[in-house]
Amino acid sequence: MSSANGLVQQQVEADPLLMLRGIGKTFSNGTTALRDADMTIREGDFLSLLGPSGCGKSTALRIIAGLLSPTSGVLDWRKTLDRDSVGFVFQEPTLMPWANVFENVWLPLRLRGVSRAKAAPAVHELLERVRLTGFEKAMPRELSGGMKMRVSIARGLVTKPRLLLMDEPFAALDEITRFRLNNDLLGLWQDERFTVVFVTHSVFESVFLSNRIVVMAARPGRVFEELAVDAPYPRDEKFRTSPDYAALCRQASDVLVDAINATATDVRA
Amino acid sequence: MTAIEEPRTLVLDAEEARRARNARLEKVGRWVLPVVIMLAAIFMWDRICVWNEIPKYILPRPGVVLDTLIADAGLLFSSLLVTLRITFFSLVLAAVGGVGLAILFTQSKWVEMSLFPFAIVLQVTPIVAIFPLINIYVDNQTAKLLLCSWIVAFFPILSNTTLGLNSVDRNLIDLFRLNGATRWQQLWHLRLPAAMPYFLGGLKIAGGLSLIGAVVAEFVAGAAGQSSGLASRIIEAGYRLNAPRLFAALFLISLTGILIFLVLTLVSHLILRSWHESAVRQEG
Repeated sequence: MSSANGLVQQQVEADPLLMLRGIGKTFSNGTTALRDADMTIREGDFLSLLGPSGCGKSTALRIIAGLLSPTSGVLDWRKTLDRDSVGFVFQEPTLMPWANVFENVWLPLRLRGVSRAKAAPAVHELLERVRLTGFEKAMPRELSGGMKMRVSIARGLVTKPRLLLMDEPFAALDEITRFRLNNDLLGLWQDERFTVVFVTHSVFESVFLSNRIVVMAARPGRVFEELAVDAPYPRDEKFRTSPDYAALCRQASDVLVDAINATATDVRA
Repeated sequence: MTAIEEPRTLVLDAEEARRARNARLEKVGRWVLPVVIMLAAIFMWDRICVWNEIPKYILPRPGVVLDTLIADAGLLFSSLLVTLRITFFSLVLAAVGGVGLAILFTQSKWVEMSLFPFAIVLQVTPIVAIFPLINIYVDNQTAKLLLCSWIVAFFPILSNTTLGLNSVDRNLIDLFRLNGATRWQQLWHLRLPAAMPYFLGGLKIAGGLSLIGAVVAEFVAGAAGQSSGLASRIIEAGYRLNAPRLFAALFLISLTGILIFLVLTLVSHLILRSWHESAVRQEG
C-alpha cells in the first residue's frame, strides 16, 4: 500500500463520464455559491467533494443532478445518460412517512409507470442488499435513523443508476451506524460498479470511501485542490485503523486546512 | 404497543409501581369521571327545580325532558333527520369544495393570490347577515340552507388543506422532480397524502360548523317561511312556551354535534394511525 501522492495528473486512461467546465452559480440575492469550477468525473469513480460549509459542494451536486441550472459554464456529459441513470440520496432520509418501506423504495419505479408486481424483484433485491429484508411492511417511523438511511440508499439505487449523487447522507448518524453504512455503501459500489459523487465535510469519511477527493474552498465556493486516495479496495475495518489510512487522512486534512485559510483568489489545483 | 400489559411477573421498584398504578387509574378515570360529573349535574338540575318549585314552562325537570323526548319522538326525530341531511350534505360539499379549491390554489400561486381574499370575505362576514341576500336570490328552501351551511363550513377545510398541500418536504419535491414526476403524480403521490392530516383537522372543525350552519340557517329561514328541522321546532316550542320540547330538541342537537365529532375523530384516527405523530400512541 503506497501512500497518496499530492497533486493528481489528468489520468487519460480512465473514461470520463462527466466534465464540469467553468461551472458557476450566482443566486438572485447576489451570493456566488460556486465560481469557475472544473472537475472530471470518471466512470466508476468514488469521488468526494470535501470542504467547509459554504464552499458550494451541495450546489455543485445539485447542478449535476439538474436540480439547479448553472449561471455559467457547461456540463459536458461524455456518456449519454437518461434520467433513469442518475440516483440521488439526500442529507435526510427524506422518506414518505405515509408509505411503508417497500412503497418508498418502489417510488422511483412507480413514477416511471412500473407496477408493484413488476417492481417487486428489484425492490426486494435492494432491500436485501441493505440488510432490510423482512422490513417491507414497516413504516418509516418504526425504523432507526440508520435503517431509514438504508431505505433511502435502496431507493436511490432501485432504478439501477450509473451515477449516484449523495449529499452528506450520513452526516446526521452516530459514528457506529455511519461506519456500518460506509461499509455497506462500498460493498454496493464495488459489486454494482456505478459512479458516486459524494458530498461530505468529514475528512475521515472521504478518505475511507473515495478514490478521488475534490477539496473545495468557500467565499466564493470553488475547487481548491484534487487528491487521489491511493489505497486499494476492498477497504474494511482493518483499513480504518491502519497507519496508511492515518497518513492519508493527515494529508487530506492539511489540504482542507489550507482551503479553509485560503483567500478568495487562491486556487492550488 | 396496543394495550398496557399487566405487569404480573415483573418485579417493580416503588416509582415504577406507582407509575403503573397511576396509568391504570387514569385509564379508568378518563371514562368514569366525566360520566359521574354529568350525572351529578343532572341530579342537581333536578333538585334545583324541586327545591325552588320552578314551573316546567320555565325550567323542566330532566325526567320531563326525557318523557317529552319519548312522547314527541316522531316529530323530533323527523326534524332531526331534516337537520342531519342538511348538515351531512353541506359537510360533503364543504369537503369537496374546500379540497377542490385548495388543489386549484396549489397549482398556481397566482390563482391563490387572486381568489383567497374572496374566501376570507365569505368567512368573516356573519352568515346571519348574508342570509337575507341568499333568501332573495335562491328559491329552493333546501338549496338556501345548504348554501348557508356550506359557507360556514368550507373555510377551515380550504385553509387547512391549502396549508397541507404547501407543507411538503422540499427534498421530496426535488426527488419527484428528479424522477420526472408529472404534476398529477406529484399531487396524487406526494401533496395529497402530505396534506391528509391537515385536511382531517379542518374536517373536524367543519363537522361542527356545518351543524351550526344548518341550525342557524334554519333559524333565519324558519322565521321567513316553512321549515321542519330541529331549529324550527325550537322556535315553535319557544313561541308556545313548551320548554320541555325545547330542551329535548336542544339535547338532540348537542348529541348530534358530539356524534359528528366522535365519528370524524375516529375516521381521522383510522386514516393516520399508521404514520402520523398525532395518531401514534406514545410508547414507554
